[in-house]
Amino acid sequence: MSRKRLGTLAWAAGTLLVAFTMFFPILWMVLTSFKTENDAIAFPPKWFFTPTFENWRVAVFGGPVLEFMGNTVWITVASTLLALALGFPAAYAMAYYRTKRTDGSMLWMMSTRMLPPAGVIVPLFVIFRDLSLLDTHLGLILLFAGMNLPLVVWMVTGFMEDVPFALIEAARLDGATLWQEFTRVLLPLLVPGLAATALLALIFTWNEFFFAVNLTTRAASPLSVYVSTFKAAQGDLFVAKMSAAATASVIPVLIAGWIAQRQLVTGLTMGAVK
Amino acid sequence: MTTSMIQPKRRRRIGEGRRFLSAPAIVYLILLTQIPFALTIYYSFTNWNLLRPGSAGFLGIGSMFRNYQRILQNPDFWQVLTNTVVLTLSVVLVTFVLGMAFALLLNRPFPGRTLARTLLISPFLMMPVASAVVWKYLLLDPAFGLSAWVSRTLGLPAVYLVERAPLASIIGIVSWQWTPFVMLILLAGLQSLPEDVVEAARLDGAGPLGLFRFVTLPHLRRFIEIALLLEIIFVLNVFGEIFVITSGGPGIQTTNLPYQIFLEAFSRWNIGRASAYGIFAIVLANLAVILFLQVVRRARQEEGR
Amino acid sequence: MPRLRTLFVALAALIALGLASAQTVVTIATVNNPDMVVMQELSARFEAENPDVRLNWLVLDEGTLRSRATTDAATGAASFDIVTIGAYETPMWGAIGWLKSLDELAAQYPDAAEGYDFDDLLPAIADGLSYDGELFAVPFYGESSFTMYNKRILDEAGLTMPDQPTWEQIAEIACAVHDPANGITGIALRGKPGWGDNMAPITTVINTFGGQWFDAEGVPQIDTPEWNAAISFYADLVQRCGPAGVTGVSFPEALALMSQGRAAMWVDATVAAGFLANSPAGPDIAHALAPVGPVAKGNQWLWSWNLAIPATTDKTEAAFRFLMWATSKDYIELVAAEKGWAGVPPGTRISTYERAEYLAAAPFAPMVLGAIQAADPLDATANPQIAPGVQFVQIPEFQGIGSDVAQIIAEILAGNVDVATGLQRAQRLAAEAMQDAGYY
Repeated sequence: MSRKRLGTLAWAAGTLLVAFTMFFPILWMVLTSFKTENDAIAFPPKWFFTPTFENWRVAVFGGPVLEFMGNTVWITVASTLLALALGFPAAYAMAYYRTKRTDGSMLWMMSTRMLPPAGVIVPLFVIFRDLSLLDTHLGLILLFAGMNLPLVVWMVTGFMEDVPFALIEAARLDGATLWQEFTRVLLPLLVPGLAATALLALIFTWNEFFFAVNLTTRAASPLSVYVSTFKAAQGDLFVAKMSAAATASVIPVLIAGWIAQRQLVTGLTMGAVK
Repeated sequence: MTTSMIQPKRRRRIGEGRRFLSAPAIVYLILLTQIPFALTIYYSFTNWNLLRPGSAGFLGIGSMFRNYQRILQNPDFWQVLTNTVVLTLSVVLVTFVLGMAFALLLNRPFPGRTLARTLLISPFLMMPVASAVVWKYLLLDPAFGLSAWVSRTLGLPAVYLVERAPLASIIGIVSWQWTPFVMLILLAGLQSLPEDVVEAARLDGAGPLGLFRFVTLPHLRRFIEIALLLEIIFVLNVFGEIFVITSGGPGIQTTNLPYQIFLEAFSRWNIGRASAYGIFAIVLANLAVILFLQVVRRARQEEGR
Repeated sequence: MPRLRTLFVALAALIALGLASAQTVVTIATVNNPDMVVMQELSARFEAENPDVRLNWLVLDEGTLRSRATTDAATGAASFDIVTIGAYETPMWGAIGWLKSLDELAAQYPDAAEGYDFDDLLPAIADGLSYDGELFAVPFYGESSFTMYNKRILDEAGLTMPDQPTWEQIAEIACAVHDPANGITGIALRGKPGWGDNMAPITTVINTFGGQWFDAEGVPQIDTPEWNAAISFYADLVQRCGPAGVTGVSFPEALALMSQGRAAMWVDATVAAGFLANSPAGPDIAHALAPVGPVAKGNQWLWSWNLAIPATTDKTEAAFRFLMWATSKDYIELVAAEKGWAGVPPGTRISTYERAEYLAAAPFAPMVLGAIQAADPLDATANPQIAPGVQFVQIPEFQGIGSDVAQIIAEILAGNVDVATGLQRAQRLAAEAMQDAGYY
């Protein structure tokens, strides 16, 4: 074996060890979710145990996890769709009808994303109260759509600029309406980009906690709020059940993120890094 | 920030009205951010407490800054501010070092690289609240947590980190979550480094350290800037981890500005005071961004660019 | 996009269908105390007896519950149909119209209230849940405070606990048996910051040392010699003979110490006696009255956790039915049958204390009843105070002031701040808050 090959193998081993260490807390959570409550608090910790599905049966499928997950899914999907519906035409204008003010508008949009949530929670709370939006899906959907809108506009504008304008001109010569331009020309070309954008918005919304915990109480609370209060409703033995609930809460996003690793970078930097 | 945005494109005059297609999005954002922002300012000049119906009045010209005065006179405020800044800077520092190291590890083909990257990005995808419960109850628990087992195995006394070093615990957990973020962006930067530039430097006799210092780092500058800027903005707002793990305690040792606002608004219902704190949070966020950009500009000037 | 539209129509139809077929869903916010956990467990019986009602539970820790319930009531968000609230909140909320009057509901729904016997509720507790003669909540359990001690530890040291100890005597005994090397803490006391945590027992010490939070006009009285004496005493006691890490100790932590025989005594809620009775140290536990200081007033507190119906709910009838069920005599019988008599919710009904089975299972019961009846929220301090309350003061500002001061006291207990400096700071914060609120 050459020295170079040996070096690569050592590199691989070292890196995988580091990666495994970083991942370990997540693995431990998943493992614990399959332990009995007594195994979960055994000391020293049990590395080998007989797996049980009891926690999943009790805490996830039998408990309110599914109900809260329903809230999360509904809020996440609806707010993402709304952000896309508002952001797609905006991106179209930004990409193809540039004016002197376009760059300014784009930057301003980005700056709204930097407004600290804690800085505006009080008036949002009061507005939600006055509009009867507290503890409703609609309230969070409207809010999260706005939260993700700058991201959508930035990313989709970037993707649209990569579309050759000749394609649009060709469609126009054929007499295409705006709607047809959207659906026949742009949408098919932008599907991967839109998917990446939607995925990122989904991740942000799914994991959001600050607005959710302050603007909902029970009926519309998403999973993040449920996970944060999970322990309170349990007796002394709760670690394994809590692990099952936490695992169920993070798995969809973990998988989505794993699939979209490459797009993640583009989205995280709002298209600044492609 | 993308280059294509800076060059205006000449388009056919057809449908010039379509440039207003951005109006709904802009109006939506104005409604959602500027109105609350204006209201935050207004409320900060009131004496409103939700528990005292009918108290929503303006404080009066003479004492309109009372909420601000009270905050500035409160020694706890400085502690909270310090916590916020220490938390943010520490996380940025730790994640930068680790993120850079991990990115360098991944920036080389080896068997299992995709697996390693997948594992490494996972902490960032975790719901912060879920991370918090996992760390608090599974890993750091003084009675049966893994940390107790590790310290026992190493023959060290078992300490409850969350109680002994609360802010450091929060910094560690938040850093664990954010390291992948920095890593991903820096990795993208490393991978966009043209191979021929590296080769040329090697031919000029650059060692690995010299290569990193004089070729890789300058190339990464823009990526580092973006990663750190975004991270500062997000970490200033850390909330869920504190909510779950320490509730801001013991004492106020882990209370940051967002958590303080939460307490003021939702356990004292002091809308006026909470709004004034909110203004401080907004100012702090803007200051952080401005300061950061200033540092970046100065660094550039010093390099004579 | 016709397909999308179809999807939406289908979704809307589904939601509508779901609404139409639903039973009345009653959302209950409650606290994660053992008695409430039992209630949640047993509530399946209620659902079985009332098939038209489905209960939706939200179980939270005390601080979060208080925050959520208050926010909900203050904003009229109407997320909850039943809330669990304390003796501190009930009359205030009743006064500003956040709660439904249970007297009115009892008249409106006589079927649900049949056999409830409102007169059986302990007057000391029920009075604290009324405003202007109207009842706004029903007690789920009630408590006072007293001294619990491990008789075996005291016997081994040749010490005896008087039936009515003074704080001086408590300190003497505690420090005589304090033996951290052998895992024995002289006295378990609360130090964790929070107006319902450390400030509950500490306020009783302040009361009986002649101090008080406010005067009759609402001017804070914190930087006074009485407070100084009380806090110095308490800090000295927990530092010399109290649990390690006292600023992390509240009710559950102290309970754990006592139930494992690792603390010689404990001054805290009477409700703990029931839990201790079933603990490993149970056979060794004996009881005495709450210690007194120079002033024989306000040394035993009065508290209850109660169920109330927010004014905003539109499920009044179902909510009221549950209230009547969960605090009825029959419910107490149900708990006794399922969990044994020692585990029934204490401090709510006269009839409980007349049951021979209960008195046999809970020998401390007469002392608890005596303490509840003796505690007087209207006369707990040496001089008149602005509002009622033994271990709290019934004004909305107290939560905020209490939390701030609790924080400072915790720092004093930890030895980070000296008593005089800490109390001056506390006084300033309290004075600001009271002036801002317009009391003076």
